Amino acid sequence: MRFLQPTTWAEALEAKAAHPDAVAVAGGTDVMVAVNFGRLRPAALLDLTRVAELQEWAPDDGTVRLGAGVPYARVISELGDRLPGLAMASRTIGSPQIRNRGTVGGNLATASPAGDAHPALLAADAEVEVASVRGTRRIPVTDFYTGVKRSALADDELIAAVLVTPPSGPQQYSKIGTRNAMVIAVAAFGLALHPDRGAVGTGIGSAAPTPRRATAAEEFLAGELAGAGLWESRAELPAATAARFGELVATAASPIDDVRGTAAYRVHALSVMARRTLTWAWADYRTAQEV
Amino acid sequence: MRLTCTVNGTEQQVDDVWEGESLLYVLRERMGLPGSKNACEQGECGSCTVYLDGVPVCSCLVPAGQAEGCEVGTVEGMATEDSLHPVQQAFLDAGAVQCGFCTPGLLVATDDLLARSLADGGGPPGDEEIREALAGNLCRCTGYEKILDAVKLAASRMAESAR
Amino acid sequence: MSAPARTPAGAPGHLTGPGSSGGVGTDAARPDGTLKVRGEFAYGSDLWMEDMLWGVTLRSPHPYARIRSVDVGPALAVPGVRAVLTSDDVPGEKVYGLELADQPVLALDVVRYQGEPVALVAADHPETARAAAARIVVDYEVLEPVTDAVTALGHPRWNQVHDGTAEVTELSRESAHLHPEGNLVRHLKVRRGDPSPTADVVVVGEYEVGMQDQAFLGPESGLAVPAEDGGVELYVATQWLHVDQRQICSALGLPPEQVRLTLAGVGGAFGGREDLSMHVHACLLALRTGRPVKMSYNREESFFGHVHRHPATMRYEHGATRDGRLVYVKAQIYFDGGAYASSTPAVVGNGGTMGIGPYVVPNVHVDCYGAYTNNPPCGAMRGFGSVQTAFAYESQMDALAAELGMDAVELRCRNAMEQGSTTPTGQVVDSPAPVVELLRRLEAMPLPEAPAELDLRHMPGGVSNTTHGEGVRRGVGYAVAYKNVAFSEGFDDYSTARVRLEVVGGEPTVTVHTAAAEVGQGLVTVEQQIARTELGVDRVVVHPKDTQVGSAGSTSASRQTYVTGGAVKAACEAVRGRLLERAAGLTGRPAGELRLFDGAVVADGLELPLAEVLGDEAVEETLEWRHRPTEAIDPETGQGFAHVQYAFSAHRAVVDVDTELGLVKVVEMACTQDVGKAINPQAVVGQIQGGTAQGLGLAVMEEILIRDGRVQNPSFTDYLMPTILDVPPMRIEVLEYADPHAPYGLRGVGEAPNISSGPAVLAAIRAATGLPLNRVPVRPEHLTGT
Repeated sequence: MRFLQPTTWAEALEAKAAHPDAVAVAGGTDVMVAVNFGRLRPAALLDLTRVAELQEWAPDDGTVRLGAGVPYARVISELGDRLPGLAMASRTIGSPQIRNRGTVGGNLATASPAGDAHPALLAADAEVEVASVRGTRRIPVTDFYTGVKRSALADDELIAAVLVTPPSGPQQYSKIGTRNAMVIAVAAFGLALHPDRGAVGTGIGSAAPTPRRATAAEEFLAGELAGAGLWESRAELPAATAARFGELVATAASPIDDVRGTAAYRVHALSVMARRTLTWAWADYRTAQEV
Repeated sequence: MRLTCTVNGTEQQVDDVWEGESLLYVLRERMGLPGSKNACEQGECGSCTVYLDGVPVCSCLVPAGQAEGCEVGTVEGMATEDSLHPVQQAFLDAGAVQCGFCTPGLLVATDDLLARSLADGGGPPGDEEIREALAGNLCRCTGYEKILDAVKLAASRMAESAR
Repeated sequence: MSAPARTPAGAPGHLTGPGSSGGVGTDAARPDGTLKVRGEFAYGSDLWMEDMLWGVTLRSPHPYARIRSVDVGPALAVPGVRAVLTSDDVPGEKVYGLELADQPVLALDVVRYQGEPVALVAADHPETARAAAARIVVDYEVLEPVTDAVTALGHPRWNQVHDGTAEVTELSRESAHLHPEGNLVRHLKVRRGDPSPTADVVVVGEYEVGMQDQAFLGPESGLAVPAEDGGVELYVATQWLHVDQRQICSALGLPPEQVRLTLAGVGGAFGGREDLSMHVHACLLALRTGRPVKMSYNREESFFGHVHRHPATMRYEHGATRDGRLVYVKAQIYFDGGAYASSTPAVVGNGGTMGIGPYVVPNVHVDCYGAYTNNPPCGAMRGFGSVQTAFAYESQMDALAAELGMDAVELRCRNAMEQGSTTPTGQVVDSPAPVVELLRRLEAMPLPEAPAELDLRHMPGGVSNTTHGEGVRRGVGYAVAYKNVAFSEGFDDYSTARVRLEVVGGEPTVTVHTAAAEVGQGLVTVEQQIARTELGVDRVVVHPKDTQVGSAGSTSASRQTYVTGGAVKAACEAVRGRLLERAAGLTGRPAGELRLFDGAVVADGLELPLAEVLGDEAVEETLEWRHRPTEAIDPETGQGFAHVQYAFSAHRAVVDVDTELGLVKVVEMACTQDVGKAINPQAVVGQIQGGTAQGLGLAVMEEILIRDGRVQNPSFTDYLMPTILDVPPMRIEVLEYADPHAPYGLRGVGEAPNISSGPAVLAAIRAATGLPLNRVPVRPEHLTGT
């Protein structure tokens, strides 16, 4: 095994091009578990923690450009107002020690269906910026996940950043775990209301081979809100609308039974989380007007 | 590969490190610092918590090479020859130590929490803040009650002595 | 006997500790505490020697298979490999076991559980050893596993009995025998009173308890060092050095003088270290290579490397009068013992004899079975057969109370055992049994209030943000339990203590030497406290725990403070007797007038420093101490004086349940326990808190999931145990009603609170949801019907 330690982004891309079988490692919270238990013996580890460009976030043309190496702890402490859904998701991840090291870039690279950041990124219409010596491209996060722990990332590419537009409306995130900390999601749901464009964003985690959106639910809710003029009136949301939204989110899932939960429970839990998070988000939206 | 880093203020250099080794393995097996513990090796228990450049991390998940040139702080660096760190003393006084295997990681996590809470004249952390901060450190013996007591005892003593 | 070539770095030394004062009844400081907080206490996995090798174990991937052949050649060819061993290399007896020798040191012709050790490798680096082990070629003929106890015994399912589609004919349709004598490890019968009782009100329930893991944090570890005399020194984290030694000697074909054990630092035990793990393996590799060999399991291997708590399937029938007097209890209890016997016979003994709880019942009919299956072996875990039955009998008490329209605590109090009561096994309870008081004190404690403002950390689901109060209902539940202390059923249960008093550096110093394993519970502190109290000397040194002194028995069954504490007390008394005789000779005062206080022999008008009495000499006594004998129970009726002492505890649990999502937040645990005499009150409370948390864990999250004999979650990622956000604040009241038969009147403490806490949590969840809930751990699926 080799240990590659580039100090610039250009060097990192060159290293990845030269060693496409190298496994990139940032916080190590996924990679090292596999190494410690003998499940991963890559030809090389490509350490990205010395690449300064990855460790920062900055406003970028109306979005927040979040470097792939920014740990969750900083997302929580520095980006709670700009990226509330992602910050809420980050707070549910692992432990303080894990949040000090784990990164959104790493979550994307692993592309586990249970990754906690994904539902928030999906709901917020994030884009993933990936690069190689061939060049840089931006992938809508919806297109990023291609299968269980598989992504659109090519062998010679690395994740540079995630681009997330700060919200024009409330965001929520909710996750089921069977203990109150340090738990992998049994199911998770992210919600973003986009009043600026009359749209609704959703993200489902741990309930399908990949993280995914609940498109029918998004369209239903956006239609209901527009049709009843609720975006403008900020009137109370009919309970039936929230319930129907929950049902539609649940139908978007295609979960399995596993040690963490049954498929039936996951479907049920998604419907409840979707209904509740919508209720909270809508209450926030209504309150925001009064302020 | 060769690894050079500073551990508890002392420069350490070790050779023949296998690239897949964790910082925890290097500390325990190559540097003679077994205080950080190997309970799960997957970041789910906190027993191996150390400071890496001032940030508490699970050393089992740090590839050793990432520590090159870094400052590492372990439980062995908390006390002086003659006296214990106030957090260590509080864990003893409160009865928070039973088998003690979780203790080194908890001491580092607690030290970090109190350093942040008490910085700039801040007050001791509340119960829920302590719980959230220590939720990454499993203890199988104590049921956590006396750990909570110890953290509060250390916080009050440290706040007092800072006054 | 030769000394080891080198002493392992950090091997445990004498413990003196900073706390140089504190006798019985004080919160004396742990002598190992400073080392532990400094990170200098040497656990098994911390031991290290120059030029030591690393040993690893190749384990069976199959729960049941015949081994056609093993080819170790490819492993031996790996550079850096020093030895590869199979069962052919075991020089002595090839099987071992705590109660029955039925478990191969290394697999013989058949593997009976996933994870069974097949071969060993020693190499220079653990990665080399692992890689070599992976190259060993084992040709398996995979067999169909037997995966539940009822099937293994050929008993019909209860619903079949109920439907009349099958009859109970014991062993009639037993599965393929996993062992030559069949799949029944033990069947315990309790028969008391009318065999065909009737009652006004009858409730029937069927219950299941999942497989819990001890999940001690310090993985199985040890270091074996070959000795010049052809023997071996083993430094190991364990619970009972001498029972290990007996089994190791048998496997190695060596006499006890050549197999010397020293206790390494133990990172928790809870029963999981009562059986052998890497002990024989490391010794075999060390003897073969002539070099020190360290073995240290990682967490995944730890799940396969020790026994677990028996899963249980239970059917109970309770009959009572309309005014809530129990008339009868019938119970069938099945413990899945897994592939090897381990301590299943004794677990069945506890489960059966105490299986109806601390209640007085005139008519009792219990059948308790332990069976072999191809699941992981199950054996000792804190609570030992009583944890499982408590879920059933306490659930039954709640169901009966509901059926009677009676308060559940009131029903328990009406039927509670008390001093002078007769147990279902015909034993008269001859020391305080304050069951009613424990329950009434709990009831009198204030209930926690609902939090004033929304803090996610107070809600079911926590910071995962699943509810802001929607669907949340509060429930309160009670449970009470009892547990035998020390070994039962006629076992010769003793401990050995060597106590030496001498003057060191001008200061009177006591050295206490026992083989009793300190696993975190604080026995080393208790040993010091007893010596201080009995000998009036502050400075008490705890000698390293090893086999150079006689057996102390196991650190299990809540017994060490009682039995080894009793032995230390008795040895101190013998030392004191000799000392006072000597002082009497020096002073001319009758020994009966003299006593020891603060480092001196004192009497009216006399204070003679111990240094003057002792001079350069030491007074040393070694003796064995036994609790009063118990007796074997009658095999047909279960009657007999089976247990030497009972411990009693009760819990009240308050939970908030998100009834729509099925998530539980335990809000508060309250516990009352009678400990007879708190030798170290702080440590007693620590035991209660820790036991409470483990019971809570089993109630709501902890389970090793097995499918077709395969463990699905051998990691801390998916075997979840409570974090500090899951364990709530606790209210604890400790009662001290002396047991006149025990040293200082004390009772064993560690297990009882582990038994009553889980059933209280289950009762509280039931109260919050109105659901019957007959299985633990309770999963969200059970609460949501999904």
